[in-house]
Amino acid sequence: MTAEAQKAADKVQEKAAASPEAEAPKPVDVGKIKTILAANEGARMRMWLSICSRCGLCAESCFFYLAKDKDPKLSPAYKAINTIGKMYKAKGEVSREFLEECKEVVWGQCTACRRCTMYCPFGIDIATMIATARAVCYSQGIVPDGLARTTENIRTTGNQMAMATEDWIETCDWMAEEYGEEVHGLEIPMDKQGADYMYTVNPREPMYYPQDVGMAAEIFHIAGLNWTMPSTGWDSTNLAMFAGDRAVATIPVKAMYDKALELGVKAIVITECGHAFRSAKFEGPYWVGIPGGKPPVPVIHSVELFRNIMRDGKIKLKHKFKHKVTYQDPCNVSRNGGLWDVGRELVNMLCEDFVDMTPNREHNHCCGGGGGFIPMGPPYKRRRMESGKIKAEQIRATGATHVIVPCHNCFDQINDLNKEYDLKVKVVSFKEIITEIMEIPESMIPPEEDEQEAVLAEEEAKREVEEGAMEEAGEVQES
Amino acid sequence: MAMDKLYEFLTGPALWITVIIFVGGLAVRVAWLYGLSVERDKPWHDFKSAVWAWRSIIHWVLPWASVSSRNQPAFTGAVWVFHICWIGVPLFLGAHNMLFEQAWGWSLPSLPDAVADWASLAVIACGAFFLLRRLARPEVRILTSAWDYTLVLLALAPFVTGWLAFNQYGPYGLMLNLHIFLSEVLLIVLPFSKLAHMVLFFASRSAIGYEFGTRRGARVW
Repeated sequence: MTAEAQKAADKVQEKAAASPEAEAPKPVDVGKIKTILAANEGARMRMWLSICSRCGLCAESCFFYLAKDKDPKLSPAYKAINTIGKMYKAKGEVSREFLEECKEVVWGQCTACRRCTMYCPFGIDIATMIATARAVCYSQGIVPDGLARTTENIRTTGNQMAMATEDWIETCDWMAEEYGEEVHGLEIPMDKQGADYMYTVNPREPMYYPQDVGMAAEIFHIAGLNWTMPSTGWDSTNLAMFAGDRAVATIPVKAMYDKALELGVKAIVITECGHAFRSAKFEGPYWVGIPGGKPPVPVIHSVELFRNIMRDGKIKLKHKFKHKVTYQDPCNVSRNGGLWDVGRELVNMLCEDFVDMTPNREHNHCCGGGGGFIPMGPPYKRRRMESGKIKAEQIRATGATHVIVPCHNCFDQINDLNKEYDLKVKVVSFKEIITEIMEIPESMIPPEEDEQEAVLAEEEAKREVEEGAMEEAGEVQES
Repeated sequence: MAMDKLYEFLTGPALWITVIIFVGGLAVRVAWLYGLSVERDKPWHDFKSAVWAWRSIIHWVLPWASVSSRNQPAFTGAVWVFHICWIGVPLFLGAHNMLFEQAWGWSLPSLPDAVADWASLAVIACGAFFLLRRLARPEVRILTSAWDYTLVLLALAPFVTGWLAFNQYGPYGLMLNLHIFLSEVLLIVLPFSKLAHMVLFFASRSAIGYEFGTRRGARVW
């Protein structure tokens, strides 16, 4: 037996010896659970746990409950009492099996949309309680695989899709070139010091939908904004927040804040993504440890920026969008972001025929794709489609042909619902609508091909002259 | 004779103990929670705002002022009547005010006896409705423990016994003592149970008002 073969055989033996242990359930680290429970056991948590009067008013706020024939086990209070409630009651002394059961509830039956919070007479923040239960499960390695993967990506690369910085920059350059063919002079300024706005995206844009980056650049360029893309801290999403890993959740937020401060920008702009807004504007400051709980520079959502651009007349429209549209309120933009009216203002500035869903604004239902549900992937898809029934019915009742959705997770979910429930709608972002109907100012219309050649030749000649002058200057210096 | 002695005890030392536990218990619980909040509930203190606290509270104190409360209008109405009468009757009952007058030479305005009588019946009727609702609605039944039923019954007990005593149904002395005794049990349990929402409702609603309103510019009703 060669040395290598012996090594391999040893390895197999080692593996065989280790496997019974690997199969046996891992013990639960009670100490860790106790620490998490204690850290979250503030005055609010204690009040919430003790004063819930079991009135059941929260049940009808929950789309999981409504979509599944009012199954009482899907009422928010039931879900909270039987997960986080039991964890506190047992003082953290819980079993792995119990936590596995909790996993199905806290991720598989709740999107942390916080609608129940609004429907509770005491204002008990059930979603926040569920978030603590998630953190407990996560601390024991019990978490849907999709979220574990993205969290690991953030930990190792700083963004949820493990995209390399060079690829990000290259994508921006490519989009600048591509969209520059439509809008003369368009560029995607990278790390521009002193810009007014630093735009941040969801990594799926550069990875799968680079046109989103291009469209944003087009809008900002035409609106004449002084803006920049950051080379780091560009991922404003935060799936670690939904996985329950606060330490990792801090990483992208801190990178984003640091970059904004380094560049001296006036505001961070969040792409059309709901949870990114929540992470950057509301939760991030606490993770990073900023006294007062506010981000170091103002954080604004695309919906706000687009509304401001339109309101200030920085973009002219060829005509209004003619199709019948409805508007999806992402939970983290409307209910948890206070932007329901801003969104509607923008829709009305852009579209001729707008019909609202019922219920709407801060009372709108979650699409069913939030809280980490979309990245949880195929194992949870069936459930996602079933609980999405409420949203599908809401959309169908509007009779709209287009659904405007300023959130990536809602976007995917409604696209899936579209197929599942044959809604026959087109899901669009604000960027798509704006770029479709906006007027490109004459000065930005690229010259015709002949003209373009002439312009290029002229630029070439200019450069040659400059280079010649520089060479001459060099010679002079050398001599 | 035994009833008189019992009455003297219940309205004497027992009453003092009750008042001390009730007021002290609530005060200590609130103070302790406040202290804890300073240490562990940073957003609460970072985003304090009287305006949002008020908006958050008033939309849930007034009946049908929140979407959620409008979804179950009958329940909301019953909750409202129940709470108003539950607080109002003991404070403004003529018989109670006579006792206040005797003890301190000072009393609150009194309700006409007939009104107080009907208000007590309203409390009992609403309470019965709550119990039936708990049994009838699956989403409420599944949440309800034996302790929840006990608390509803305990909250009703002083009104049932008080109403019987006032109307002289059953043995008056026993009913009166029972009324005082159960009221004292209720007041002793209150600070340490979910009935403490009597004061914590305002704290909890303020906190969520800050969280949604001041912090996010969003309504929560």
